[in-house]
Order: sequence, then structure tokens, then C-alpha cells
Amino acid sequence: MIEIPLEKWTGKVREITLGATAAEGGTRTKTVTVGGETTLPFLEFEGSLPHATAIAIEVQDLPPTEWPTLLTEVWGEAMQNPGTWAKSAEARGADLIFLQFTAHDGLNADHAKKTVRQVLQATGLPLIVFGPGQADLDNDVLVAVAEEAKGERLLLGACEDKNYRTIVATALANGHLVNARSPMDVNLAKQLNILVSDMGLPLDRIIMDPTTGALGYGIEYGYSVMERQRLAALQGDNMLQQPMLVTPGEEAWRTKEARVGADMPTSWGDGVERAINWEVLTTSTLIQAGANIVVLRHPESVKRIKKQEFI
Amino acid sequence: MALTGLQIYKLLPGSSKNAEVKKHANCKECGFPTCLAFAMKLAQKQVELAQCPYVEEEAKSQLEESAAPPIRLITLTAHGRKLEVGHETVMFRHDKTFYHQPGLFVKVKDTQADAVDIAKAVNNYWVDYVGMCLALDGLAIEADGGDFAATVATIAPLAASPDAGGGHLILLTEDPTLAEAGLQAAKNIRPLLYAATPTNWQAMAKLAVQYKVPLVVATPKGSSLDDLANLADQVRAAGVEDIVLDPGVRDSRGSVQVLTQLRRLALKKNERRLGYPTLAFANNDPILAAQHIAKYAGFVLFDQFSPATIYPLLVTRSNIFTDPQKPIQVQPGIYEINNPKPTSPLMVTTNFSITYFAVANEVESSGVPSWLLVADAEGMSVLTAWAAGKFDAERIAKSINSTGIADKLNHKRLIIPGHVAVLMGELEEALPGWDIKVGPREAVDLPNYLKLVANS
Ligand code: SF4
Repeated sequence: MIEIPLEKWTGKVREITLGATAAEGGTRTKTVTVGGETTLPFLEFEGSLPHATAIAIEVQDLPPTEWPTLLTEVWGEAMQNPGTWAKSAEARGADLIFLQFTAHDGLNADHAKKTVRQVLQATGLPLIVFGPGQADLDNDVLVAVAEEAKGERLLLGACEDKNYRTIVATALANGHLVNARSPMDVNLAKQLNILVSDMGLPLDRIIMDPTTGALGYGIEYGYSVMERQRLAALQGDNMLQQPMLVTPGEEAWRTKEARVGADMPTSWGDGVERAINWEVLTTSTLIQAGANIVVLRHPESVKRIKKQEFI
Repeated sequence: MALTGLQIYKLLPGSSKNAEVKKHANCKECGFPTCLAFAMKLAQKQVELAQCPYVEEEAKSQLEESAAPPIRLITLTAHGRKLEVGHETVMFRHDKTFYHQPGLFVKVKDTQADAVDIAKAVNNYWVDYVGMCLALDGLAIEADGGDFAATVATIAPLAASPDAGGGHLILLTEDPTLAEAGLQAAKNIRPLLYAATPTNWQAMAKLAVQYKVPLVVATPKGSSLDDLANLADQVRAAGVEDIVLDPGVRDSRGSVQVLTQLRRLALKKNERRLGYPTLAFANNDPILAAQHIAKYAGFVLFDQFSPATIYPLLVTRSNIFTDPQKPIQVQPGIYEINNPKPTSPLMVTTNFSITYFAVANEVESSGVPSWLLVADAEGMSVLTAWAAGKFDAERIAKSINSTGIADKLNHKRLIIPGHVAVLMGELEEALPGWDIKVGPREAVDLPNYLKLVANS
């Protein structure tokens, strides 16, 4: 008799819930729970995988000027208003709304509050809110957002070693979660989780974001860092047991391969299909490595990933 | 599984129960002072067992068995090209590396009117990815009621030209008569034969032996791994050494599970009966194909040929099978982005692939025509290379001079990464007449920076 070799994992990925319903002090109609794994992705024969990977769709505070037309075409008029966009994203299958603020002249606390309010009113899904990625602006935007949406259990990001303090403090004060982002390095990820939790934020309010590259642009580094982080979690490393969020949509749509143009080599094939495949395969590969939340941009990619996840 | 020095010692004359053998203990004829010392060297694979003339037959076979790799290497050949699959040693690429990329095949049926056209397209397809030529490995031809032998005979010679892709074949039929006709038609190459099943295995094994081809052992859906191991064992006993496994699972979750189990059994339990590469079907589903690539298939069969799908799959395969200990480097030199002119800005970065991609991608998306000088920093990122002395003023100056970039410009301004702003003084000395500018620290900030530069 062949005995199937089972790994005896001692650790478990933390189970974390995004969003709060009215009963929990928020206004969300649904919450989303991720994590809880006691084995590697898809290996149900030796452990439990209570929650499927959650799919967030990215919407931005202003209509993006640098997105390829393939993407702007598919969202069309909805992009004019972040609330409408979020509603449309919900209709296209999002589990979560990822609201990205961008750097522009009109970006201030009032704009941030107004925008997050619009989105909260337009959708009942839990929100992830990211600042534009510049420390000062991030702090201004995220503090305003955190206060405006007090009690909603938003996921705030990106919280990095250079600017975690203000973001963690406002998450603590207003009942939110933080997305701790480190640059593709297991030790730095662990260190940041420690810094954030040392400020008093409970571990069930920290998601970790290992950073990733798109297919063809360094995905193998992110992939292996994620596998190592997940193995560390299962082997019992308490400070690496956070669920993981990655942004394959942003990465994939930045590549040349996701752009359509007359000057593309014929070996690259049809532009639309190639671009979607780029986002889909970047995403599915990261799910193999243990991604708990994936942030996508194209609704067709969402459809294809969803279909696969439930086979 | 490799034996330890002590386990090997137990099999050498020094530990023998047979007095006739035991008397040679520590005779030094192997060139080592004791049997134990020789055992230690054997464990490290630094010596050959044959150096000891007194090893007993039974011990010999055990030692040879343990020296065999846990997953057998399977080789297909076609037109002077080889496809090698197997010999994997780890579950995760970060544990060491994955050695042999899975063969990626496009499946056609002998009833398909365009089978030959697809075969031509598959064989002629290649794509350039960071200077590497990525291609498919060949065709899987399925007997579906058409003229199998004729289809094989037409497709087999197609890849004979030196610049074609793999040109390997997999013959898909469970009918031994058709299988033989196919093997006859492909007799100039070494294809993979699919499949020996619980009902036809005797005839198939005979063909595999006769035509010296590797054979897939396939159990139907719902079979256990015991069924698979027993069938593989029977086929092996019939003389087939080169075996590939198809456990019959077709859904995506089930495939990750069973292929993980098979690899664990081979690597961790030394389960010889299952120590072979696997074959997996991806139908028309690129997500499933990518999964098979990352999670343990040795051969992946895909049902359609479309460059828009094949290109990302080939990149997925290349990325996952990149040796983590040796990151891909890009060729040092001058890269032209967005058709630069003599007035366009010049930037310098290192030849670590990720660094290069991050920078090139941002510059490209900024739309600003630019020159990117990639210095040879031995494949390290900017900060690491700087710390290791591989990205200093001397090296940067050398790459400026050796590439002759100055001749293409009507200015002498060089933008260096913000992380190495400290190099400014030394660079001004090493490159007399050049104006050194400090750019942003992170690639994402390049578009804004370049737009400012372009407008100033
Ligand atoms: S040859 Fe070496 S290993 Fe063999 S019996 Fe003599 S000492 Fe021992």
C-alpha cells in the first residue's frame, strides 16, 4: 500500500476579516475573510483551506490617464466617478474594492474624504484603500480616509518601513487594518510585521504584501518569497502568519506585453488576448504561491480567475 | 534517496558477515585507509564503487539503486535535438532549483483538417524573451479515427530544418496496432508513446521495447496511486525502463494534489515504482497549463496554438525554471528606448534583470525617448552592486567609454540612480567633461523625473 506522504505542519495562517457590517460598527453589507490555511494552496488532503483567494478590483480616485485603452475602454464612463466605478466592479464579480488614490493637484484631505464616502455609499463590499505611494501624501490621504470611514475595517496601504507609523496609528485609532509591504524579502517582511505589531496593532489586523513582479518581469522572485513566507507560517513562525496581498493587475498592465500597438512582434499574438493572459497568468501563478488577496484591473481576468478558483 | 556514509559502510566488506569478504576489511586497495573512509567518499559521490574489488553482489545492487536519481531522466530526440525531462530533486525552486523545463506540446487530432498547418506553425514558432529564444517542444498527435500513420508521417519530418523549434512528438493512442503504425511512421525520431493502460499494457510495453521509446503509463480516473505503481511496475518488468506517469486526474485542484503526492513519494519516500516524470493535459486552459508548469508536470499538452497564449506560457515556464542561485542577467550595453535622439537623456543602471526591467519599463511607459546604459555589475541590483564594489565610478566610466555612447549624443549628461548619489564626485573625476545628475532612487519615480528633464 502506498502511503501518501503528509507534511505535519504545526502553524496556521491567521484568519483575517476585512470590512465591518452595521452590527460590527461599520456599514458593509458583506465582509470578506481570508487566511486560515493549515497547508499549501490546493492541498486539501493534508489540511484545511477555509477561504478561497479574494479578488479585489482596482478603481482610482480620478480617471486614470496612463492606463492602456484596453482597460479604459472596458470601464468606460464608470471611471468618471469612483462610486460608479466601484458599483460596476462589484457587478463584475469583485469580492473587494481596491481604491487607489493617485498623486494630483487636487489631492487633499477633503478630496480623500469625499471620495471614500462616495465609494462606501455606492457599494456594500469591504474596501482596501491605497495612497499614491509618496510618504507625505499617503499619510495625509490615509489619515483622512481612516477618520471618515471609522469602524469600517478598511485595509490601508501601502504601509512600508519608511512610513508605517502614521498609518498604523490611524488604523489603531479608527478600527482599520494595514497592508504591510516589504520589497520581496522574507526577513524584511517579518521585521515590518514586528514593527507594526509593536505599535499595538493586533496581528489579526495586518495583511502582508510581499511585492511582486509581473510575468516576465521578476515574478519568480516574488513567487519564491511568497512560497518561503507561507512555508514559514506553516512551520510555526508567528510573525509570518499573515495572509498575503499582491497586486498582479498593476504589475501586469505596466508591461509592454499588455499594450496594444502596431509595432508589436507577430510572435506576441493578438494584443487583447495577450494582455489579459498576462494579467491572468501573473495572478494564477501567485495564487499557486499562496496569495490570499489579488488586486486585478480587467473584468475578463476576474472572470477567468474566479472560474478556476472553484473547480 | 542517497544513502549516508554510515549506511554505505554497512554494505562494505568491513561490515560483512561473510568471513571470506570480511577478511579484506581496511585492505586499502580502494586507495583509502579504511572501509569507513571510503564509504564517506562514496556518500559525497567523489569516488566510484568499482574502486573496491570486494563489494558483495547484493550490496552492489543496493548501492547502485541508491545512487540512481529519484526521478528518472526521460529523453526524446528529433532531428538531432534532445528534450530532457525529469531528474528533479526538490519540491520548491528556492530549495535549489528546478532542472528540466517540462516539455510543452500542442495537441492535434488525426481528423483535424488543419493538423499539418498547426504543426508547421508550432514548429516555426519562437519568441525572443530577454535575449533568449523561447520555443515549443513539439506536437502530440492523437488517433481519433483519421489516418493516424499518414498524419504522423507528414508531421514527423517537418521540424528537420535547423532553425525550427523542438519538433518532438507524442503519439496518443491506446490501440497497439495504430501505435505500431505511428512508431513506424516516426522511426527517424524518438517520440513518447501514450499510453499503456491496465488493458493494453502488454502489447504497448512490447512496442516500447521494440522501438526503444519511452512509454506513458496511464491509469483511468478514480484509480489509486497503488494502481499506478503496480502498472508501472508491470511495464518495467516487461523491459521498459523509460516510463512517464499519467495518474488520470484531469481537474486543476486534483492535479496539483496528485502531482505533489507523486513528487513527494519519489523525493521523500524514495518510491522507485513512481520515480518518473509525469504527463498532464491542460486542454484549452492556459491557467491549467501554467499550473502544470509550476506544480510538477514533466510534459504538458495544450489543445490550441495561439501566440497570444503560448508566449505568456513560455515566459511562465522560463521564469519558474530560472535557477534562483543564478538570476538572469541582461547583456550590458546601450538600450534604446522610445527611439532616442542625440539630445535624449542618458541613464545608467545595472545588469540585474529585475533592476533592468523595472527601469526599462518605467522609461518606456513614460514615453520619453531615452538612452539606457546597462553596466556590467555581475547581475546585482544597484545597492547590492554598489556595496560589493561592482557598480562604482570606475565601472560606470568603463562602460561609458567601451560602448562609445558619447558618439551618439550631443551632450555629456549622465543620470545616475539616486541610491548611488555618493558616486557623483568620483564620477566627475573618472569622466572629465561629463555632467553627472542624480536621478530618483526608485524606478517608479522615473517617468515624472524624465518629464521634468524633457521640459527643462
Ligand atoms: S578496498 Fe577499501 S572499501 Fe574495499 S575492503 Fe579494502 S579498504 Fe574496504
